[in-house]
Amino acid sequence: MTTAAAARAPLDRSLLLIVPAAAFMILLFVYPFLYGLLLSFEPKDAMTLENYRKFFTDPRLWPTIWTTLRLALPATLINVGVGLPIAYRMRVKSRYQRLATTLLVVPITLGTVLIAEGMLTYFGPRGWLSQTLQFLHLYDGPIRLTHNYWGVLISLVVSGFPFAFLLILSYITGIDPVLARAAATLGADPAAQFRHIYLPLLAPGLAMCFCLAFVQAFSVFPSAVLLGAPAGPTRVISIAAYEAAFEQYDYSLASAIAMMMGFVQLAVVAAVLALRNWFYRGPVVGGKG
Amino acid sequence: MKHDFTELRLDRVTRRFAAAGGTAFAAVNELTLTIRRGEFIALLGPSGCGKSTALNCIAGLLPLSGGSIWLDDARIDTLPPERRGFGMVFQNYALFPHMSVERNVSFGLRMRGVAASEIAPRVARALKLVQLVGQEQKLPGQLSGGQQQRVAIARAIVIEPPLILMDEPLSNLDAKLRLETRAEIRRIHRELDRATIYVTHDQDEALSLADRIVVIHGGTVQQIGSPQEVYAQPTNLAVARFMGYRNVLELNVQAEQDGRVTLAGGDIRLTGVRKQPLSTGRACVAVRPEEIALGEGPGGANTIVGRVDNVEYGGRDSLVDVATRSGALLHVRSHVPVALGQEVRVHVPVERALVYPSDGAP
Repeated sequence: MTTAAAARAPLDRSLLLIVPAAAFMILLFVYPFLYGLLLSFEPKDAMTLENYRKFFTDPRLWPTIWTTLRLALPATLINVGVGLPIAYRMRVKSRYQRLATTLLVVPITLGTVLIAEGMLTYFGPRGWLSQTLQFLHLYDGPIRLTHNYWGVLISLVVSGFPFAFLLILSYITGIDPVLARAAATLGADPAAQFRHIYLPLLAPGLAMCFCLAFVQAFSVFPSAVLLGAPAGPTRVISIAAYEAAFEQYDYSLASAIAMMMGFVQLAVVAAVLALRNWFYRGPVVGGKG
Repeated sequence: MKHDFTELRLDRVTRRFAAAGGTAFAAVNELTLTIRRGEFIALLGPSGCGKSTALNCIAGLLPLSGGSIWLDDARIDTLPPERRGFGMVFQNYALFPHMSVERNVSFGLRMRGVAASEIAPRVARALKLVQLVGQEQKLPGQLSGGQQQRVAIARAIVIEPPLILMDEPLSNLDAKLRLETRAEIRRIHRELDRATIYVTHDQDEALSLADRIVVIHGGTVQQIGSPQEVYAQPTNLAVARFMGYRNVLELNVQAEQDGRVTLAGGDIRLTGVRKQPLSTGRACVAVRPEEIALGEGPGGANTIVGRVDNVEYGGRDSLVDVATRSGALLHVRSHVPVALGQEVRVHVPVERALVYPSDGAP
């Protein structure tokens, strides 16, 4: 293709490269989403909004929002909150930065189910952790870290932390270290360097990381079933949708629940991104070159 | 942190880095220097000579491998940078991109817990000094390169440091702005009456700004002297080459008497001034292009005959390359027009032909 031909062409032909991805999105996301949205407004023998009325009045349905938030928000806060200081410590390239990064990435490569299986044997009442603690008489009471709230929370941290950590690490290493050195020569001790330089420049990245980690945690399903108490304390919103679809065969209600799930995720993401606008957004280097 | 001081002493400051194969190489080797209050010192040397490393050691951004730094009687090389209180201007400015000009400049004062009522007038004074009044609320990204550099200078001087460190602060500016900012840096230094250490690889900058120049080569100090001394009397061949002695001819020593050496080789015969003891029969004579004159010397002495090989027009004068019959090439600055291929005679004043031992470099 010559330059002249490219100039005459009304459309940059390289745009065609996005066609497969766009088709993929439309077929596998946009169409099912719209189908589900419409389906949620077509309940069995009832008026259009019946599913949503049911969702907000049925004590088996609407509290699942709260149950899920109670898991997803703390898990996200822990992942971002613990990931930040560790990533900050590891911002300077060193010999064991690579090793630590590799170790932290391992859980990503394991599936949620594999993590759940491992946790059941490790954290269970007869698991290694429990036996070790009791053998050493560090804690003699019964240890219940599976089949309840804590089991699901721990699994959300194990599977979500590496993701949050890696994302934050990439944001931190993108900040020019000369800025902190300049702050040091101006009298800022390490804590002040973090507070005045790194934190404000990281804030937009942290918000983005929070959003992604939250959306991931909010759609928890396998670990809530395997490690939690799916009948009660960890009956998250995805379990409610699953039950509606595959136990009551009410696809319309299940779609409505899924829509509500998406709506809550969207609301939290929108709130966090709105907060982000309060912070500086722009280049994170201090000048030319 | 004290603002009043008499001198800053660097005592055999050394910084080693690990090199490939487990060995260490000294980027800064036993740098000893005393800087008095009010002095403007330039650390001059080619890229990679260790001058920026030395500056980072003084600022506290790099720990020393050996030696010590003293501010009068206080040893400061063990203090972290935030407790040394030196102002530093970085090569890429290192302005905080999320803070306005005013917040950038006031940063050092806020870190020191200076009262808000005192911060505003001091920031205003610093911005006036660098002529940036009216830009207070802009972000660094909205400023030109020259303005950003002046913000960086204001930010460093507003804390009234005893010592201001500048790391090639003009290298990112265009030629015109560089000259203007250079004059401004000199003016600001005079007004503040503190000490400045200025790192540069540009000999013109060092000559025009500094009271004393420290020429560094390969991590080691080669010469410390006034601009006049370093310009006219380089102590060794490395300094001479760096200070613009573009003509370096390696010749045989013919005679040596009273500090004057006569050298010869091919169709060249030159007498010059010995700057370092000579041990072998070979020596190098170094001459600046502007110190070679067209025409014959008194009595035909120190005169070289050659043919004009190349002419670079330069406005007031031209840079002329003269090739001798034996193949040596001389760079000459000429005020009179010469033609390509023309046969010319050039003459080197004895006092301006400096003779050093050969250093093996081309």
